[in-house]
Amino acid sequence: MAAAVVAEGVEAGLDFDWSDVEPVPQNDGPRPVVPIAYTDDFREAMDRFRAILAKDERSPRALKLTGDVIALNPANYTVWHFRRLVLEALSSNLLEELEFVNANAEGNHKNYQIWHHRRWVVQKLGKDAVYQELEFTEGALADDPKNYHAWSHRQWLLQELDDWSWELDYCSTLLKIDSANNSAWNQRFFVITKCPSLGGLHQMRDSEVRYCTDAIKQVPANESSWRYLKGLFLDDQSALVKDPLVSETCISEIVKDSYNVPALGFLLDLVSAGFQPTAEQSEMLQKILPTWVTPSELASALCTLLETVDPIRCQYWAWRRSLLPLAVTVSET
Amino acid sequence: MAASSVSSGSETERQQQELEDTVLLLFSAFASASSQNTSLLLELWREEHVQYLKRAFRGLGTSYSVLDSSRPWLCYWIMHSLAMLNQPLGPGMDRRTIDFLSRCQDPNGGYGGGPGQIAHLATTYAAVNTLVTIGGEKALASIDRNEVLRFLIRMKQPNGGFSMHDGGEVDVRGCYTAISVAHMLDIMVPEIVDKVADYILSCQTYEGGIGGEPNAEAHGGYTFCGLSALALINKVNTIKLPNLLNWIVFCQGKVEGGFRGRTNKLVDGCYSFWQGGVFSILQHIMPELNRQQLASITPLYEAWNQDVASSSASSSKVTLEGSSEVSPTSRESVEERTAAGIPADAEPRATDGTTTDHQPTGTSPMYTHREDNRRGSISELVTAEQLFPVVDRNIKRAPISVTFEELEDQVSETSKEAKDGAGNTNQAQLSTVDQILNENEQMLYGPLYNAHALQGYILLCCQVLDGGLRDKPGKSPDYYHTCYCLSGLSQAQSSASHRVNAPPPPKAVLGPYTNLLEPVHPLCNVVLSKYTDAIRYFRHHPFRRVP
Repeated sequence: MAAAVVAEGVEAGLDFDWSDVEPVPQNDGPRPVVPIAYTDDFREAMDRFRAILAKDERSPRALKLTGDVIALNPANYTVWHFRRLVLEALSSNLLEELEFVNANAEGNHKNYQIWHHRRWVVQKLGKDAVYQELEFTEGALADDPKNYHAWSHRQWLLQELDDWSWELDYCSTLLKIDSANNSAWNQRFFVITKCPSLGGLHQMRDSEVRYCTDAIKQVPANESSWRYLKGLFLDDQSALVKDPLVSETCISEIVKDSYNVPALGFLLDLVSAGFQPTAEQSEMLQKILPTWVTPSELASALCTLLETVDPIRCQYWAWRRSLLPLAVTVSET
Repeated sequence: MAASSVSSGSETERQQQELEDTVLLLFSAFASASSQNTSLLLELWREEHVQYLKRAFRGLGTSYSVLDSSRPWLCYWIMHSLAMLNQPLGPGMDRRTIDFLSRCQDPNGGYGGGPGQIAHLATTYAAVNTLVTIGGEKALASIDRNEVLRFLIRMKQPNGGFSMHDGGEVDVRGCYTAISVAHMLDIMVPEIVDKVADYILSCQTYEGGIGGEPNAEAHGGYTFCGLSALALINKVNTIKLPNLLNWIVFCQGKVEGGFRGRTNKLVDGCYSFWQGGVFSILQHIMPELNRQQLASITPLYEAWNQDVASSSASSSKVTLEGSSEVSPTSRESVEERTAAGIPADAEPRATDGTTTDHQPTGTSPMYTHREDNRRGSISELVTAEQLFPVVDRNIKRAPISVTFEELEDQVSETSKEAKDGAGNTNQAQLSTVDQILNENEQMLYGPLYNAHALQGYILLCCQVLDGGLRDKPGKSPDYYHTCYCLSGLSQAQSSASHRVNAPPPPKAVLGPYTNLLEPVHPLCNVVLSKYTDAIRYFRHHPFRRVP
């Protein structure tokens, strides 16, 4: 929080006459626990706010006061809530309200209340504010490309629009800068599944498989892109098994680097879904994996290899292996 | 040695390299220390943490003004941490806390972030968990259950989710905090449970984890909240557990041993609980996880059955143990599929100690190449997975055979009462919650993650010498991270226990055995004994709903 904003806010509050308002001190009891050493400014503003809240005074000075308190503690959701009531009562100019929020946004990009308030304001303003607000999120994402709140806000904004297929380009731009930006991959998935003008996952699958396999070729052990590739076939395992580009990419990456854990894990999922390598692919894999006959044996060999090259997850790979249908020694029965 | 030779230079890669370099130095210093110092370095600095925690209860500096709306949280983080350390504050401070929290109660129900603030679901959860941690008639009776229920119902949304406060945001935190509070206070009425599972399911992403709201990125905090809420309403079978597991196992950093909250983000001590805690829940619902996993690999069983049929080797068919625990509706099909499977126990044991000899050292998951050994030789730099190798990767445990007399002794008061109480409000079938409550329940599965590596990260990278625990090396400690690092440590330690409330074997506790913390309830995150006391209290004081 910028100190200048606090000072300005508190000083501005002095413009109003508060002589009629009896401050209400915090009811902390005689011996409070976790007491905070408030500054005088903080205590004064809060005492005044409690008085206004008790009176339910929805006035211009109350609006000003909520701004002061927010500058002192932007996580005070009670103040934000009351501010919305005041804004409604005064039929305030909500474009100005967005400017107020912007002034308090600095250093508060992880604050739930500010983002929630933005959503409320934009909802009231309607579609006109959406584009300006999208720009704001781009600014926030330029500072922190994985800001969870900014992405959520952006998704909500986009859904207010009819066509937002250009969002795909925005994702591509961010992924070009950093292909390990998982938030951008998540956004991409949101776009291709939810943007009405793109026709949904089924329509987008082929081009997205191409995009994603290209990304994999550039950064082969990037967990984000492998997860995205699997996500493209979330509800259609048979399409996953049948897509030659998917299996070819996966196997060629394993041949290039037999320590590529995401690729090995992906092949295990492929085989589990019913994929069987071609004779040529089998030959390539034989160099890395011990001989197998059945798909289960291939899956088992992959699990065993993963236990070795990815020891931190060896219990997981052992668990995967334990559920495979495998031959039992007859002596057991 | 430096990250400068890395070709990519993306921001994600740069940050990951930087953290790995720091952690590798810490681990390497540890690895080269004498055995006497090793034990010292792995010690949980109890006294320092206790002092750090107690200090805060008496007073906090001006900088804490930004937490002025989270004071019940501060109470919970501190009280719960001290309870895990078995260092209660004492009756005087307990009384003061009860008094303070009663001042945080909103006249319209629920608890706010401080006196005079409107009720918030998160601070209501924190206040209830604090009072449960204090325990006893005075603390528990101070909660106005009718008013809390009224508040929970007011927060309920048509989509099944909950608003965090009047006019507040709706996300998966709301589901968890509302459901956990309703469970603890035994006020779980149908209006609260209605469509919660639908809302949580709508937040499971293509990665497998759970996001804060529909379409949002899979995230550790929300994944714990979502799965825990589902377990509390006995609906874990509705979510895709194999996908969730596949996502979360990759959140454990192989260099650091700690957990990251999202794919390709940095590890953070607080996810020791949020992510580690998910593994604790999974340990309790392994039959359902196995059932779903088996269903997801149907093609392999189909191929196998064809194979078996052609070679008429049906005499060697064995039923998988897990299949006896599946739900009645799907029992037949799964049994059929698993007819040719083998018990997990029967698999050949993997040999130990052969796993790390040709592993690259300290490379981030993104650019893993055998020859990429830019940070020096293996003897110099050590990763968490090398320092803390998994000794027994076979997670299926043999049931402990006990005599009838031993069993009689072990059936505690609590579990008897829990069963009696369950007859009133819950369905006859033993729910996930009751399984966890049942102290006599055997834990037939070990954890599906490297619990030693997690303990290593917490003890070596998150502890601060002056007291308190932190996100990662270079950060300052705070009460939030102290609470969730310790909660994660407690879960990791008890993950090796063979019974819910039995002490784990010594080898499960990294460092001296005096590191052992009190076990916590995996869904509500309060010390287990405090939880059972509270449940007993509220079931003995039946709730009468005031319309």
